[in-house]
Amino acid sequence: MKFTEDHEWLRPEGDVIVVGITEHATSQLGDIVFVELPDVGTTVAKTDEVVVIESVKAASDILAPLDGEIVEVNEALADNPALANEDAQGEGWFFKIKASDASQMDEYMDEAAYLALIG
Amino acid sequence: MSLDMLKTPLFDLHVSLGAKMVPFAGYDMPVQYPLGVLKEHLHTRAKAGLFDVSHMGQVILRGADVAAAFETLVPVDVIGLAGGRQRYAFFTNDAGGIRDDLMVANRGDHLFVVVNAACKDADIAHMSSGLGKDVTVETIGDRALLALQGPAAETVLAGLDPGVEKMAFMDVATLEMCGAECWVSRSGYTGEDGFEISVPNSHAEPLARALLAHDDVEPIGLGARDSLRLEGGLCLYGHDIDAQSTPVQADLTWAIQKVRRPGGARAGGYPGAATIASELAHGAARKRVGLQPDGRAPMREGVQVFASETSTTPIGKITSGGFGPTVGGPVAMGYIAIGQATPGTVVFGELRGKRQPLTVTKLPFVPANFKRTK
Repeated sequence: MKFTEDHEWLRPEGDVIVVGITEHATSQLGDIVFVELPDVGTTVAKTDEVVVIESVKAASDILAPLDGEIVEVNEALADNPALANEDAQGEGWFFKIKASDASQMDEYMDEAAYLALIG
Repeated sequence: MSLDMLKTPLFDLHVSLGAKMVPFAGYDMPVQYPLGVLKEHLHTRAKAGLFDVSHMGQVILRGADVAAAFETLVPVDVIGLAGGRQRYAFFTNDAGGIRDDLMVANRGDHLFVVVNAACKDADIAHMSSGLGKDVTVETIGDRALLALQGPAAETVLAGLDPGVEKMAFMDVATLEMCGAECWVSRSGYTGEDGFEISVPNSHAEPLARALLAHDDVEPIGLGARDSLRLEGGLCLYGHDIDAQSTPVQADLTWAIQKVRRPGGARAGGYPGAATIASELAHGAARKRVGLQPDGRAPMREGVQVFASETSTTPIGKITSGGFGPTVGGPVAMGYIAIGQATPGTVVFGELRGKRQPLTVTKLPFVPANFKRTK
């Protein structure tokens, strides 16, 4: 599992990578009330805005952490955005991406480094 | 947090309750507690929420003709306000715009005025210069202001002084709570029944703790205060009303009693009266309305509103918007050109470059739950 400075987590699962945001991020955002997910099949470049999340406080963009293709999105999250608060690093995942260059994973933090970042 | 941030007498209590503190109108205020905005909101509508609103300005006005003097600054019937009663009002400017909105109470031998935190210095200067030499303007610096809101508020507060049970919506009374003289009004900013309590600073924390000791009471932050008042269709100064919006445009004409309107015994006589009289007679070009997004995506302040999916010139703008926990979906309010301001009209908000439908809706989104008669 890897982590970005934007509080996304990336978990390899077979030949795809599952992406979500961390518990630290969801607790900072507060209650999440809306998630707009990308269309399956969308080709994205690293740092493209791929997800919009709205909490009771504000809207935030989630950036694609890798180049690749969106191969699956979490439809349950669109119906029940609170999943992101309840189980940020499990049932609250956002999308699965098929990376075009898996080595891009290498530049992200491991869990220990991420925990150090958020203090 | 800056070092010169002001603190209310309940600051230590907020911190001890685990509040997340944010700067607001120069004060370090709780935006939410560990319960979170969503649950705080729902709790207030189901039971009772305690709010610290001590940042607001409390002012006492005294003088032989203080009500008549106050009428020179507001388009509201103050002379006719009975003892023990409170009324919503607003200071207007020379263009008919709103300088601030406020509550004014007749407390027998004086008027008690509560104004917005961000405007209080300007309001006090405005009253000091505008009310004449026969009126004294006393800023109350030694009192906190608490609000207890929700259907359980009466029962909870009656445990401290049963006198609250005799009060109706917008009544004011002096009651004793926790050994202190409290100035209580049956009013609030949530659309729920409830009370606002002016309490000496020395007794603010004991009173707050006594209320929080009740199982039905949770502390509520500014986040839920905003979503509650939005669902209640209530204006936030600086957002839904400001110096450029008139009471007619803001759909607040209900607060201008007949006696102050053209043809009334004390018509006009306040700043901007000619503009407001003209708009009362002929209508205004725009109106504040409720706007309900059709989908699930909240539309927030600043979103431009269009008549169609393709029109190029906006017909209005959202001034407050977000997720309404009781509604269970997004809610907003804003100003719309009068031609499109009829409830049921579908208009379009531009969100992240895409036009999304919004339906013009009557306010409030959640029916008010006031105790109008006792």
